[in-house]
Amino acid sequence: MTAVIERRKEMKALSTNKAVAEAVKDSDVDVVAAYPITPQTTVVERIAELIGEGQLEAEIIHVESEHSALSAVIGASAVGARVFTATASQGLALMHEVLHITSGLRLPVVMSVAMRSLSAPISIFNDHSDVMNQRDSGWIMIFASTAQEAYDSIIQAYRIAENPEVLLPVMVTYDGYLMSHTIEPVEVLGKYVSEEYIPKKQTWNVLDPDKPITMGTITSPDYYYEFKYSQAVALEGSLPHIIKADEDFRKLYGRGYGVVDSYRLEDAEIAVLATSSYYINLKYAVDEVRKRGIKAGAIKLRVYRPFPREQLYSMIKGLSALGVIDRSVSFGMTPSGPIALDIMSSYRYRDAPPVQSFIAGLGQRRMLIEDFVKIFEILEKRAATNSISEKSIFYGVKGVEL
Amino acid sequence: MSFEETRIKTLWDIPKEEHFVGGHSLCAGCTASTIVRHLLKVAGRNTIVVNATGCVEVSTTSFPYTAWRVPWLHVAFENAGAVASGVESAIKAMKAKGMIPFEKEINVIALAGDGGSFDIGFQALSGLMERGHKVMFVIYDNEAYMNTGIQRSGATPFGAWTTTTPVTRRIRGEWRTKKDMFDIAIAHGLDYVATANPAYPVDMDVKFQKGLNTDGPSLVHVIMPCTTGWRFEPRYGITIAKLATETAVWINMEYDRGNFSVTVPVRKRKHVREYLKLQGRYSHLSDLEIELIQQQIDRKVEEINRRAGKEVIGPLEA
Ligand SMILES: Cc1ncc(C[n+]2csc(CCOP(=O)(O)OP(=O)(O)O)c2C)c(N)n1
Ligand code: SF4
Repeated sequence: MTAVIERRKEMKALSTNKAVAEAVKDSDVDVVAAYPITPQTTVVERIAELIGEGQLEAEIIHVESEHSALSAVIGASAVGARVFTATASQGLALMHEVLHITSGLRLPVVMSVAMRSLSAPISIFNDHSDVMNQRDSGWIMIFASTAQEAYDSIIQAYRIAENPEVLLPVMVTYDGYLMSHTIEPVEVLGKYVSEEYIPKKQTWNVLDPDKPITMGTITSPDYYYEFKYSQAVALEGSLPHIIKADEDFRKLYGRGYGVVDSYRLEDAEIAVLATSSYYINLKYAVDEVRKRGIKAGAIKLRVYRPFPREQLYSMIKGLSALGVIDRSVSFGMTPSGPIALDIMSSYRYRDAPPVQSFIAGLGQRRMLIEDFVKIFEILEKRAATNSISEKSIFYGVKGVEL
Repeated sequence: MSFEETRIKTLWDIPKEEHFVGGHSLCAGCTASTIVRHLLKVAGRNTIVVNATGCVEVSTTSFPYTAWRVPWLHVAFENAGAVASGVESAIKAMKAKGMIPFEKEINVIALAGDGGSFDIGFQALSGLMERGHKVMFVIYDNEAYMNTGIQRSGATPFGAWTTTTPVTRRIRGEWRTKKDMFDIAIAHGLDYVATANPAYPVDMDVKFQKGLNTDGPSLVHVIMPCTTGWRFEPRYGITIAKLATETAVWINMEYDRGNFSVTVPVRKRKHVREYLKLQGRYSHLSDLEIELIQQQIDRKVEEINRRAGKEVIGPLEA
């Protein structure tokens, strides 16, 4: 077994965008449609090269918008093809209508999002406003923290999406620029993962002239509700399948991520939760503040929808305070961070630590390890003085006192 | 391809099989069903239909019922062109990979109303045409948004009443003229573009055949009288459709790899009054306004005759 795995391994220096393109190739995708938007663009550019070089046999549709990109892959998926699209920011917002239709049709579409802020004003830089706006669209949402994880997650995404017990679209997201344009070592598996881990099988209903079906009908009040209920049940029920897909991946290829991850949490009294690339620097900050005697830990949320309620709860339940870093704003709500809100509402009937919401890094406002250290210090101080606030702390805004 | 062998020349050549069947809830007298029924007879069972939101879509697929005996997909209002592009590309990719038998011919048809093609669906339609997918785009043109209750569209003709161009003190129906999809499609470099009319089923069906046989995108634009929106008694649908051609409000024409022709010549034209008077949507028009419309038609006829290189549409009946 090991010998076989050894043979398959190959290290490459890849940005996360290129790693995603590599994963699309290794997944033997049949149809790709995407529209350029920074910082996603190099994903499809690379895919086009891979198709051009004959490394991936697929149709690429040069659509005229993101709305059409997702629409085209829906059409392709409905016929039984394995499909991929990628976008960010305004492009994801333009897809909004079609995102709901994809999950409603229960098609196993996989998409990557190089997360970016939303206009106005225009910012091409990173935050999570784009994906957070789509959190109720019925997609499975996975945040990757490294280029390697993005590569592995795309491959896992096909396994999850095409699982007949799931049949839901999957979004694999990662930080624009911070990840999309930074190069890391990535171990790629080669194309046979598509034979071994994600063999091609049409597990969903497809449009076939020999067995005609009608897809995307209109419904009356007598039926619509049941469709939406079954969608809610399917998304909720997908969690064990996501976990299993990750475990199987680890068994075969030696890497797994879980749905949540943690660092030095065993004896921690306070912890800060972050997503995507922030988790990496947060771990350095933990080492730093521990030197000062603060018993700190870091938590990473990898799967955001379905929300891994139990897995996260088992991590946070013993803490005296939890800080949550959000990179988008739920305008008009207190606290203003969507993940903080989700955590607070999830455990409202349980014994959970007080949550201090932090907003940070909007429009890619710089966050260094020192800043994460400061966040730990604020949390430590507020926990010690029982002054955890309902309001979010907008960390790093000019002219606002903390 | 197989269609060549069974060229439709008379009504008796129209295939007998029905792939669009009863049980739908289109209005009594809706001519959309005539068009779609013929479309599927010509296309046959190896066909996938992508339908934009609109009357045809909502009236034929009321879950758990369906009037379609071929695979059918609806995604949204504005994206039939994009969805059909995906369907066609998937078939191509899957044939290349042996997932679908290479010799299996599958027609891909995108079907949309005037709103789903002229207006909100225009971008996706343009993308489809420009990229060269082998898809036949069929527009059933009832000259307004009927599904949402008769609002004007880019296909609403001059003078027609709609709920958003109401006949009031300051507005007297639509005050702009219909968008020209025929030439817009030709400008995209299509090999086959046609206009058709369900009152001339053989002509219409031949156009569907030719569109399906085109090795790339094709577009067939069909006029579609709507009893509810045009305000006429259900039994008059085909009569009105016929009058549209007889008055040259609607010209049945074709662009086939560079060759332009009028497929239903009209020796002597009827006055447009004959067409307008049967429809409630024009009942407010004064004689002066009707003359204005007649002049617009006269000009169009002149242009078409020049384009055809001979008099294919004749003068007004005395
Ligand atoms: C994005 C979006 N905007 C508006 C609508 C509402 N809508 C549904 S059908 C329709 C009009 C359809 O008109 P047309 O394409 O001419 O077809 P018809 O109903 O006349 O058959 C409209 C406005 C919609 N479904 N989606
Ligand atoms: S409103 Fe018009 S187009 Fe719609 S079903 Fe009725 S007759 Fe047909």
